[in-house]
Amino acid sequence: MNKPVPPDELMTDEDGPLYAPRKKVYPQSVSGRFRSIKWRLMAVCLGVYYLLPFVRWHRGLGAPDQAVLIDFPNRRFYFFFIELWPQEIYYFTGLLVLAALALFLMNALGGRIWCGYLCPQTVWTDLFYAVERLVEGDRRAQIKADAGPMTAKRAGRRALKHAIWLMIAWWTGGAWVLYFADAPTLVRDLATFQAPAIAYVWIAMLTASTYLLAGYMREQVCVYMCPWPRIQAALTDEWALNVTYKYDRGEPRCSVKKAFDIRSLGEKAGDCIDCNQCVAVCPTGIDIRDGAQLGCIQCGLCIDACDAVMTKVSRKTGLIGYDNDINVQRRVAGKQEIFKPVRARTVVYAGLITVVCAVMLYALMSRTLLDVNVLHDRNPIAVRLSDGAIRNGYTLRFLNKRGFDRVIAIDVDGPADAKLHVIGADSVTPDRPMIVLARDTTTELRVLVTAPLDERAEKSVPVTFRVTDIGLGEVASATDHFVLP
Amino acid sequence: MSEHNEIDRVSGRSTTGHEWDGIKELNTPLPRWWVLTFYATIIWAIGYWVVYPAWPLVSGYTTGLFQYSTRASVATDLADLEKLRGEKMAVLGNASLADIEKDPALLALARARGKTVFADNCAPCHGSGGAGAKGYPNLNDDDWLWGGSLDQIMQTIQFGARSGHAKTHEGQMLAFGRDGVLKKDEIVTVANYVRSLSGLSTAPKFDATAGKKLFTENCTSCHGDNGKGNPELGAPNLTDQIWLYGSDEEALVETITNGRAGVMPAWVGRLDPVTVKALAVYVHSLGGGK
Repeated sequence: MNKPVPPDELMTDEDGPLYAPRKKVYPQSVSGRFRSIKWRLMAVCLGVYYLLPFVRWHRGLGAPDQAVLIDFPNRRFYFFFIELWPQEIYYFTGLLVLAALALFLMNALGGRIWCGYLCPQTVWTDLFYAVERLVEGDRRAQIKADAGPMTAKRAGRRALKHAIWLMIAWWTGGAWVLYFADAPTLVRDLATFQAPAIAYVWIAMLTASTYLLAGYMREQVCVYMCPWPRIQAALTDEWALNVTYKYDRGEPRCSVKKAFDIRSLGEKAGDCIDCNQCVAVCPTGIDIRDGAQLGCIQCGLCIDACDAVMTKVSRKTGLIGYDNDINVQRRVAGKQEIFKPVRARTVVYAGLITVVCAVMLYALMSRTLLDVNVLHDRNPIAVRLSDGAIRNGYTLRFLNKRGFDRVIAIDVDGPADAKLHVIGADSVTPDRPMIVLARDTTTELRVLVTAPLDERAEKSVPVTFRVTDIGLGEVASATDHFVLP
Repeated sequence: MSEHNEIDRVSGRSTTGHEWDGIKELNTPLPRWWVLTFYATIIWAIGYWVVYPAWPLVSGYTTGLFQYSTRASVATDLADLEKLRGEKMAVLGNASLADIEKDPALLALARARGKTVFADNCAPCHGSGGAGAKGYPNLNDDDWLWGGSLDQIMQTIQFGARSGHAKTHEGQMLAFGRDGVLKKDEIVTVANYVRSLSGLSTAPKFDATAGKKLFTENCTSCHGDNGKGNPELGAPNLTDQIWLYGSDEEALVETITNGRAGVMPAWVGRLDPVTVKALAVYVHSLGGGK
């Protein structure tokens, strides 16, 4: 039997416990360049989210006039001048590809810009923090209050905070449902309890998730729930700019007075005065001086905090800044800093983005507004008539994506002397069936093609259905096969 | 659990006092939210027993507070569905067969309804696409024993053929051989003559004149002088290329010897009138209807 190892020998400084209970983060307010960028981006993001459903876009009589509308009952998606049908769902695939590539490019250039500035979790958490500070005071006041007893004043403030949080969360859920129906009408219906139950369910769900994620989960979403930090770590490279503590300049840390003494002896003292301001302002509660880490969302608030302190002690700002490991090593080696935004990785990403954009734009521009699909009868696949002729049945589906009714003629090219018969056609000219396609709809018709073929004919002949808009001359076609029994 | 207050040195936690091979178990209780959720599920289960049918008894089961039953719930759902369909089906019921075919929306509705009903009731004999089989007519072609107009098709669906219903189609192919009307060689001669009517090849020693004579004497009363058939009697057209029981000599000899009397059931009373109407429109739209 092995001799038991004393526990103290098992423990090293680096190996903390695998799970640590959460320590509440009290980020201190900060002002500076990145803070003001974040305020502005927050205003833009929230403004777009909350107000976009109210933007109008005239599309003609009978069509919805909401600029951005996901119309599930009628299976249409409207985005300003674009109207998409369910068949065109691949445009969303394109958008997702584009979004992924943009994320990669952002990441290759400036690290987790998405996390720090644009991610909804960041934006709403930031907003909730702002409310918290407004009501309960800044970091010190909150820590003090939490350590002290629950007074009536404190309870009142806390209740006020939660009330404001819930209001924001509720309105966040409310704005969400407005994207799925005419916004002004829905607002009125919601207020008078006339709206469909599903709207209230969604509002309740998003109110709850916003309140919980931005009010309570906060940085835990980024650290434990979000997959992006993990993926991001695999996508980044040594050139990407990240929020970095320049330890070559900062270490060893010591107070201003001590640094003065050390430097007067001609030895190296770091610029970091270990004031912990970068830790105090961090919304995820990490210490950036520990280097690049999962918990860092790279919002740049520590840069603002550090710059303020450096200015106060009359040192050069930028001890924490957007930088990368290459430059740290180059500075140590006495070389010039270099930044290379244009490199293979970024060029490839930018190129792919351009290609996807071009493909999507082309697809959008050459989008057909008249279309026909054909489906051959499967059972029976062919029918022999009493006079020996062969008949095949097809289902044709016409798509009229225009905002007006149109008359179309149907022609068939296939076996010799083929005759076309449309079941239930409302207007048939001899040998050239014509029907009316209602605006913005699909129409399904059963058609029969009869040809006087005998046993010697080929087993299968291509057959093409051509659809011509009598007024506009637009043509669409679809090809299938004419087969023998 | 024994009383103990040992604290583990590494984690700083208390232990449960259990030890196996020198390994001690840390006292790590479940998180409170987990335990509370567990208790909540127990309370939920008790509520469930009270509200829903839950416990089997010797002869029956506890019915719960609201007498909920999935069977009743399905019945309600079906009634709701019928109500939902009611309005549209009423429109279908009021329109004439010809009007349904002219109105694209009504036609689509009738076809959709007809298609499902066809699959449930007609497909076992006529095939899921109505292509039929030997003895079961193909409903896609243009050959109709009892007539292929909308009204005639509806008539056939309602009352069937040789179904026993008072208004059913009657008429049968006699068993010329079994009943001793024709001799074996005469039957072969008639069979060859019938094949010649639709341009099929005949046996080398076939006597066309004798065949014509036999045909005129025995068959024209139903199949007509030219063999073109008679939908009043369900007598098939013998000059076309469609053969319900096959066109080779053997099949024809069998038909003439023993006769044929396929049965189409009557659907009136089994399907409601609107459904029969939809079915007629659907069958007509398969393409063979005249």
